[in-house]
Amino acid sequence: MSTAVREPFREVTSAVVPLPRNDIDTDQIIPARFLKTINRAGLGEQLFHDWRYLADGSPNPEFVINRPEMAGRSVLVVGDNFGCGSSREHAPWALAAWGIRAVISSSFADIFRNNALKNGLLPIAVSPEELERIVAIVRDDPDAEITVDLEAQEVRLPDGGSIGFTVDSFARRMILDGTDELGYLLAQEPALEAYERAHPPRVSTLAAE
Amino acid sequence: MSDPTPNSARPRTIVEKIWDDHVVAPGTDGAPDVLGVDLHLVHEVTSPQAFDGLRERGLRVRRPGQTVATADHSIPTTDRSLPIADEIAATQVKRLEDNCREFGVPLHGIGSPHQGIVHVIGPELGLTQPGMTIVCGDSHTATHGAFGALAFGIGTTEVEHVLATQTLLQRRPKTFEVRVDGALHPGVTAKDIILSLLSRIGVGGGTGHVFEYRGSAIRGLGMEGRMTICNMSIEGGARAGLIAPDETTFEYVHGRPHAPQGEAWDAAVEAWRRLPTDEGATFDRSIAFDAGELTPMVTYGTNPGMGFPITDRIPDPASLADANQRSSLQHALDYMALTPGEPILGKPIDVVFVGSCTNSRISDLREAARMLRGRRVADGVRMMVVPGSTEVKRQAESEGLSSIFTDAGAEWREAGCSMCIAMNGDQLSPGQYSVSTSNRNFEGRQGKGGRTFLASPLTAVASAVTGRLSDPRALL
Repeated sequence: MSTAVREPFREVTSAVVPLPRNDIDTDQIIPARFLKTINRAGLGEQLFHDWRYLADGSPNPEFVINRPEMAGRSVLVVGDNFGCGSSREHAPWALAAWGIRAVISSSFADIFRNNALKNGLLPIAVSPEELERIVAIVRDDPDAEITVDLEAQEVRLPDGGSIGFTVDSFARRMILDGTDELGYLLAQEPALEAYERAHPPRVSTLAAE
Repeated sequence: MSDPTPNSARPRTIVEKIWDDHVVAPGTDGAPDVLGVDLHLVHEVTSPQAFDGLRERGLRVRRPGQTVATADHSIPTTDRSLPIADEIAATQVKRLEDNCREFGVPLHGIGSPHQGIVHVIGPELGLTQPGMTIVCGDSHTATHGAFGALAFGIGTTEVEHVLATQTLLQRRPKTFEVRVDGALHPGVTAKDIILSLLSRIGVGGGTGHVFEYRGSAIRGLGMEGRMTICNMSIEGGARAGLIAPDETTFEYVHGRPHAPQGEAWDAAVEAWRRLPTDEGATFDRSIAFDAGELTPMVTYGTNPGMGFPITDRIPDPASLADANQRSSLQHALDYMALTPGEPILGKPIDVVFVGSCTNSRISDLREAARMLRGRRVADGVRMMVVPGSTEVKRQAESEGLSSIFTDAGAEWREAGCSMCIAMNGDQLSPGQYSVSTSNRNFEGRQGKGGRTFLASPLTAVASAVTGRLSDPRALL
C-alpha cells in the first residue's frame, strides 16, 4: 500500500522522564517564538524552553529534563490533557528531537495526538488511576524502566504488572510498518476523482476579487 | 452542491450532515474516512515543511483554487514599507511567497489589500460559507464554524496531505450541544459567553467533540460575535465548534467577493437552509446556561478555562480536594503572582491588547472605540489596537475609529496576530500584566514571563482607561 518512510517501531524500554503536571500546553512544549523556523529538525534544544532555561539562558537545574540522569530517556510521563492549545506540529517534532518516543498521560488534546502519531511519537492514554500508579512507581524508584509495547498495546511495569492501552488502529499499523498516511491517500485517486466530479468546487480562490 | 438531506429519515445534527456530504471514501478495514476539504487556508508558520514534503515526493498542489494563503503570524504590525527586521521571520515570509509562486497558490501577502489574520480574511472575502469543510494549520480555524461550516485546525503533516490530495483521513467526531438561551445584559458580550463556557467545562472538557452552539442568545448574536465564540472552541478542547446558518449568516455572506451570485446564490441559500440540526437529533453531550445570568468574565490563571466573573475573588487552592487540580491552581497563581481571596477587580495592569482572531473585527473595534471616545488611556499603560485585517484597518480608519484610539493614547497598528502569539516582537516584558482580547493566557504566551488576563474588548478598554482591571459596566 505504501512504502516505509521511517523505521518501523514496535516497542521501547526506558527509564521515565516524570513531568506529572496537568494541562501542559503547546506553548510550554515549544514557545511560539521558535516557530519561525522553516525546518522540522533541530527543535530539541527548544523543548520546554521557558521552563528549562533561566533568564540568563543557563539551564534551570530544578527542571526535570536538565537532570543528568534524564539524558537518553525516551518515555515522558505527564499529567492530564497533555498538548492542549495550538496545532503546531513543532511540539511533537521537539519532543522527538530530544529523544522522546512515547508520552504517557490520562488524556491528550486531539490535535497534539494526531500530530504525534504522524511522527511515530506514541501518545499513550491510560486511566487516571493507572497514571497515578506509574507516577508512584517512578517516585519510589526514579530509575525504574518501563516498556511501551505498541504491538501488544501494553505498558509493562518493573513489578511485573502491565497496563493495556489503545492506539488508533490505523495509526498503529502505520507506525508498526513505518509507513505514512499520504501513500494511503494518494492510492484513493479513483474515489477522489469520482468525488470531485460529483462535488464541484464551492469557491474558487483564483477568481478575481 | 449536493443535497445534504439524505433519504433516510434518521434525524441528524449539522455536523453529521456536513460530514456525510464530504466523505470521499468511507473508512474500511479500520481506516478512518477520507474527508474532502472545500477550503484550505495557509499561512507562513505551519506550511513551509509541508511544501518541502511535496517537493520531496514530486507532488503538486492538487486544488490551488480551493487554497488561499496569507502572512499573519510572524510579520511586524509596524510600518509595512520597511523590510522585516527579524531575519528569521523575513526568511519565513519569503519562503511562503516562493512556495505560493512555485505551486500556484493565491497569496494575500504583505502589501495586499486582503492581507490579514487568516480567520478574519476568509469570512471577509466570502470564502467561508455554510456547509463547507475548512481546514488550516492553525487551531483557531474553528472560527469559520460561525457560518455553519465544519472547520478545524490541523498539523503540518496534514497540511501536506491537503495540499497533495484536498482530503484528510478523519474519524467522525462526537457532538456536544452548548445551549445558551436568554439575553445578555449591557456590557456583557459574546466573549463573556465563551469564557463562561470554558470556566464550566475546563480546558479539556470538549476533547474528542465538536461543539454546536445553539439557543436564543446565540441566535441573537451578529456574525462577528458568533465568530468570537466559535474561535475559542479549541480552548475547551474541541477541534471545531459551529453555529447553524440563518438569515444573519446569509445577510453577512451576501455580496462578498467570493459569495455565489444571482441564481447560484438562491440555490446556495436553499441548500444552506437544510443544514441546521434536525428536530430529534441527539448529541453525545450537552450543557445549557442562561445568558441573562452572565456578567463580564476574566481569566485569572494560565489556561482559558481558569476564568470567572470579574467581580469574584481569586480561588484558594486549599479548597480543592483533588491533588492534581490543587497543584495546577497553585502553580498558576504563583505564575500570575495572585493571592487566594483577593479581588481581581482593581489589579494594576501594564498593557492592553485589542486584537487577535478572537476580537479584531470591525464590530469589536466599534465597541472598543465607543467606550474609549472622550476618555484617555491611563498614564503608564500601553494600549495596542491591532486590526484583524488590512480591510478592517481601512474601514476603521474611514469610520474615524482609529482617530479615537490614537487620540486616547493607544497605538494603532497594521494587521496581524501580533501580541496574541508574540512571534513578531510585539510582546510583554517579564512580570507585566496585560488585559488581552485574545484567546490564550498560557505561561509566556504574550512574551516570556508575561501575565495575561483574557477578557472582552469592553473590559479591555475599561481597564485601559483606569489602569486597573475594571468592570466595563461602570463605564457604559
